[in-house]
Amino acid sequence: MNKQLKDNLITYGIIIAFYAIMQTLSATGSLSSLFKGLLVPVCVYTIMAVSLNLTVGILGELSLGHAGFMCIGAFVSAFFSMCLKNSGMNSIVRFIIAILLGALVSAVFGVLIGIPVLRLRGDYLAIVTLAFGEIIKNIVNVLYIGKDENGMHLSFTDTASLNMSADGEVIVKGPQGITGIPNDSTFTIGIIVLLLTIAIVINFVNSRSGRAVMAIRDNRIAAESVGINISKYKLMAFAISASMAGAAGALYSHNLNNLMAQPKNFGYNMSIMILVYVVLGGIGRIRGSIIAAAILTVLPELLRGFSDYRMLIYSIVLIVMMLFNCAPAALELREKYSLKRLFGKKLKKEEA
Amino acid sequence: MKKLVSLLLAVAMVATLLVGCGNAQTTTTDANASADGQAVFKIGGIGPVTGAAAVYGNAVKNGAQIAVDEINAAGGINGVQVEYDFQDDECDAEKSVNAYNTLKDWGMQMLVGSTTSGCCVAVAAKSAEDNMFQVTPSGSSVDCINGNDNVYQVCFTDPNQGAASADYIADNAIASKVAVIYDSSDVYSSGIYEKFSAEATQKGLEIVAAEAFTADNKTDFTTQLQKAKDGGAELVFLPIYYTEATLILKQADTIGFDTKFFGCDGLDGILAVENFDVALAEDVMLLTPFAADATDDMTKNFVAKYTESYGETPNQFAADAYDAVYAIKAAAEKAGISADMSISDMCEALKGAITEISLDGLTGVGMTWNAEGEVNKDPKAVVIKNGAYVAM
Repeated sequence: MNKQLKDNLITYGIIIAFYAIMQTLSATGSLSSLFKGLLVPVCVYTIMAVSLNLTVGILGELSLGHAGFMCIGAFVSAFFSMCLKNSGMNSIVRFIIAILLGALVSAVFGVLIGIPVLRLRGDYLAIVTLAFGEIIKNIVNVLYIGKDENGMHLSFTDTASLNMSADGEVIVKGPQGITGIPNDSTFTIGIIVLLLTIAIVINFVNSRSGRAVMAIRDNRIAAESVGINISKYKLMAFAISASMAGAAGALYSHNLNNLMAQPKNFGYNMSIMILVYVVLGGIGRIRGSIIAAAILTVLPELLRGFSDYRMLIYSIVLIVMMLFNCAPAALELREKYSLKRLFGKKLKKEEA
Repeated sequence: MKKLVSLLLAVAMVATLLVGCGNAQTTTTDANASADGQAVFKIGGIGPVTGAAAVYGNAVKNGAQIAVDEINAAGGINGVQVEYDFQDDECDAEKSVNAYNTLKDWGMQMLVGSTTSGCCVAVAAKSAEDNMFQVTPSGSSVDCINGNDNVYQVCFTDPNQGAASADYIADNAIASKVAVIYDSSDVYSSGIYEKFSAEATQKGLEIVAAEAFTADNKTDFTTQLQKAKDGGAELVFLPIYYTEATLILKQADTIGFDTKFFGCDGLDGILAVENFDVALAEDVMLLTPFAADATDDMTKNFVAKYTESYGETPNQFAADAYDAVYAIKAAAEKAGISADMSISDMCEALKGAITEISLDGLTGVGMTWNAEGEVNKDPKAVVIKNGAYVAM
């Protein structure tokens, strides 16, 4: 067993162990409502973190519009589910198609956005992706789509201008979003999507294409000189990242009854929040992203006991975690008092 | 080394999860008993107390607190004391569901919330699953009560406000040419606008300009006002919140657009805005169920208590929350529920009772509820004269 495989197995192991523990606790009835409610969001945000890590860590480009892709995935999948809500289709089949559709449309947008955007580098790219995320949110907020016996109606002004027949149903209602989405997201499906996401990312990174992407990240000129098609590989990574964000969006939208594109859930604050997960977990490190995203999703809820000081303490915890992970002094201290070394010493003594 | 740290963090994560579970268990075992072992009713509240919409959440939190304190001082509901806990949702639907679950772990039996429409729709879906009795003070979207027979509203629904405004303007012949400036990115505002425009057309009002703005672009309204002016609007309808309304009034004054302004309950609070010349709000009409300077004893008492405790004048959200708690009390007394009933049984009993009560509250006299969850009360129109509300 090589080091790579062992490392990957630990990642899968952590997730499967987490799933097993939660399912056991849930089955024995000792899991609180709060944690039951948090299981799907934890999956959603870990998928987001892993997918952004592909762009930021592997591709090496700073993207600040990741919530935009999540928004596309959420709305496309929710729209699909709403259209087929009363068709008598099996809900699991419908949900799987919805996730795939959300991922696909996000990937298409990823390519579309990627073509102009990936010609930019560094800060410029970050700003353009930031703008993209905001554009998506604002477009969704003026989008009205209704369905009646004559087919679909689309408008960018208000529901009145849809010219629907009397028994038609308005599905997307601008700022009011989509209401009545079936609650199809379950922890099991969330974990399966998360495992798939991680499998895709890990296999991509260790593939020929992945190595090409990392070569571009490390030295663009050198990569170009050995004949790597820069645009192709960049787009590939960007589209994969976008499609996984779309799948996360589908999980998100089917976890709540209503979906609205607000600054809070799909604005740049959310994009930055996901970037925080990635940076805190370690750029380019998949397992780190998973752990950081899970902890930071659960933490604000655990701090409810502090009431008004909750967000203050949350920010302090963020700073402390960042220092612990990355500050030179903390790294030194960790080296000095690491468990491995302590155990190592003990073992040596025993041997002696 | 780093692997170890990440492992440690994973262990820490699982540990925190378990700690969380442990806490939950201890609270659920004595769900409806207070610290000293006596039975209590547990009422939960949800709203944003941090972030941009914190004003509304805080008002609801404080308004309900005053009602709970009053009820406890007077001996409680059916002789049982009331415990009250309020959780923050940051105005985000997902966080609101988390807050709901936190309250459920605490042992909540009845819910006053959520404060904002979007959050309320998400929470209502969950409370309907659990069959928990829910009264929302200010979640005005129709979707809050649609299909959820356990949810009741204290405020008017958005379409009702839109229709009432159009009717009021048409029936009292205030104007015939109307312009609307609304926030197309806001549920409340667009909800009112849609119904208003439909009702206005039926009533023969002419809408000369319907101008939208969004949450990202709400500082300069000169274009919208200019269009309204060019269209010859005799009245500008503002189904928006007061912060933007103050800017609109200022800018209308600057471009010399002298017209009538008409708003809904979102305008309540406009007189308390800092650095705003209240003279500009002279003759502004608004449809609001609550006015803090009303002279009846109930309002006076509430405003005095609120000002004393929280150092500010209560707005309509606080009054709605106060009424919501009293609506629960009235229904609970009518149904004769006791604290040891299961949440679902309690909800069934309260559902039957709330349609039979008639409540005299801060936001209306003789409020009644129908089985759909809509409130029935008279909209009150007021006009601002010399910096104070005067009934029309």
